[in-house]
Amino acid sequence: MEIIKRIFYFYRDGFAGMTIGKSLWLLIIIKVAILFLVLKLFFFPNHIKDESANNGLAPQDVVRQEMLDRSPN
Amino acid sequence: MNDLLSTIDWSRAQFALTAMYHWLFVPLTIGLSLIVAIMETVYCRTGDDRWKKVTRFWMTLFGINFACGVATGIILEFEFGTNWSNYSWFVGDIFGAPLAIEGLFAFFLEATFVAVMFFGWNRVSKRFHLASTWLTAVGVCLSALWILVANAWMQNPVGMDFDPDQMRNVMTDFWGLAFNAVSMNKFFHTVFSAWALGGAFVIGISAWMIWRNRSLEASKMSLKVGAWVGLVGILLTMWTGDGSAIQVAKVQPMKLAAMEGLYEGKPGTDLIAIGVVNVREDRHEEQPEASYAVKIPKGLSLLAQHDMDAFVPGINNLLDGYEITTTGDTVFTVGYDKRIEMGKEAHAALRAYEDAKKSGNEAMADSALKVLNDNYQYFGYGFLSAPEDAIPPVAMTFYSFRVMVGLGCYMLLVYLITLLVMYRRKQTAKPATWVCWLMMLGLPAAWVCSQAGWIVAEVGRQPWTIQNLLPVNAAISDISSSGVQLTFWIFAVLFTLMLLAEISIMLRYINKVSRKGILND
Repeated sequence: MEIIKRIFYFYRDGFAGMTIGKSLWLLIIIKVAILFLVLKLFFFPNHIKDESANNGLAPQDVVRQEMLDRSPN
Repeated sequence: MNDLLSTIDWSRAQFALTAMYHWLFVPLTIGLSLIVAIMETVYCRTGDDRWKKVTRFWMTLFGINFACGVATGIILEFEFGTNWSNYSWFVGDIFGAPLAIEGLFAFFLEATFVAVMFFGWNRVSKRFHLASTWLTAVGVCLSALWILVANAWMQNPVGMDFDPDQMRNVMTDFWGLAFNAVSMNKFFHTVFSAWALGGAFVIGISAWMIWRNRSLEASKMSLKVGAWVGLVGILLTMWTGDGSAIQVAKVQPMKLAAMEGLYEGKPGTDLIAIGVVNVREDRHEEQPEASYAVKIPKGLSLLAQHDMDAFVPGINNLLDGYEITTTGDTVFTVGYDKRIEMGKEAHAALRAYEDAKKSGNEAMADSALKVLNDNYQYFGYGFLSAPEDAIPPVAMTFYSFRVMVGLGCYMLLVYLITLLVMYRRKQTAKPATWVCWLMMLGLPAAWVCSQAGWIVAEVGRQPWTIQNLLPVNAAISDISSSGVQLTFWIFAVLFTLMLLAEISIMLRYINKVSRKGILND
């Protein structure tokens, strides 16, 4: 228990004592929020999962179909 | 078809943009972590408080870079799932393992010891702090190892079997995949080049401070460490670069031929030092590889096979079926026309196998599976329309290679001059202005050199996402190009803004601390 307390205080005091680190954390939070809450959510869907759900095909069938359609005759 | 090509081009451009942005931070993290660890070691061994202050200055810059680089690689994984979903499924079982290990290393090892590095001054013992700094340096290298193993596998796919039921390749030999000659060479070449880049960064910033008459003593202390790390880094990079050339000649000879603009091979092939490459519209037209060329006699044969009289196949020879074996012998195998034919047979067999499975005809399924296995080696070639589709962009590969080598030599010069200036008997208060500028220019040169190296590696292996197995036109998802264009421009704007913010934080810190004096901080 004592060790957990010490680790907690180590991190707490470390974060509290940051100077330039505060700006960096702000930058990280903004960046991660844009990545996961905007880009991932609205612009980067899981293509195979979506196609699989839309066409009622198993994922491997979606991939097989898409790939073999690209094979020039 | 036009929309598919556009989707491929925009997806490739987007991936390149994201990867290049990510690669602005990674080599500095690797290089600077080593330099900081060396500086702290000097502090612990000498007890000289000045070294502690110098260490903390560079450690803060390491922290800024580390924070700015966090999560920039995640975007690549988003793109795998959306733009390159066929690729992700087809080789996810193999590609996923090294990436998952990297994630664990990055999270647990780096996050733990980076925290001790920054929060632990005066709160943990000197030795424990030093150990944490070194473990951070080792941790970032181990993280890089797994990413580079994944990348090396795409250049040299080994240790897997194709499962037509799952429509994916499954790993059969993890150790063979992780620790083959290509992956190890790529790992060391990349890490050593990152050390060289870290050295160039420390030299560049220190030279700027000296030029502006700031923190002269701390800058000179930094210059010595930066120059030694840079020198060792660049020499080892050159040594492993030689190893890379040998590996590329064996597993990606088309890339080597594109690097030289070599269409017709011959024994004792010259290496073009500089020149204007002649890219052929028709691969059979006769013209020299390059105009205004300065050549190193028999240099390419020496580079590719360590034999001045060795035959190095050109693009046309390779398309006709020449290859270099793992033992270094040039042999005639299967021409690209035949490979395309066999690839198409593999595709037809895969269709037949699926139909037979659906209809429950096991005998037909077994027969189709046999044909598929017999031709699977050339599965990827079946997606090409003509042998010429397998030629990478020659001009970009040719010039990127020369930019990489040229700037690498410039960096070597910077480290040598820095060491000469720092260790000469007659010391002056500060180096001459031209020397400072030479050192400062090493900083952008290091990044351009590093990026150019990746352009050679990645553009030179086109059209393959996975060498000989999956070209880009099969790896791409069936999505519209307009969506990819939109996200490309979103990334371009976002990355530019983030980069400006990040550089501004770094410059403000350097300006503020150097003005006050690093040793007075």
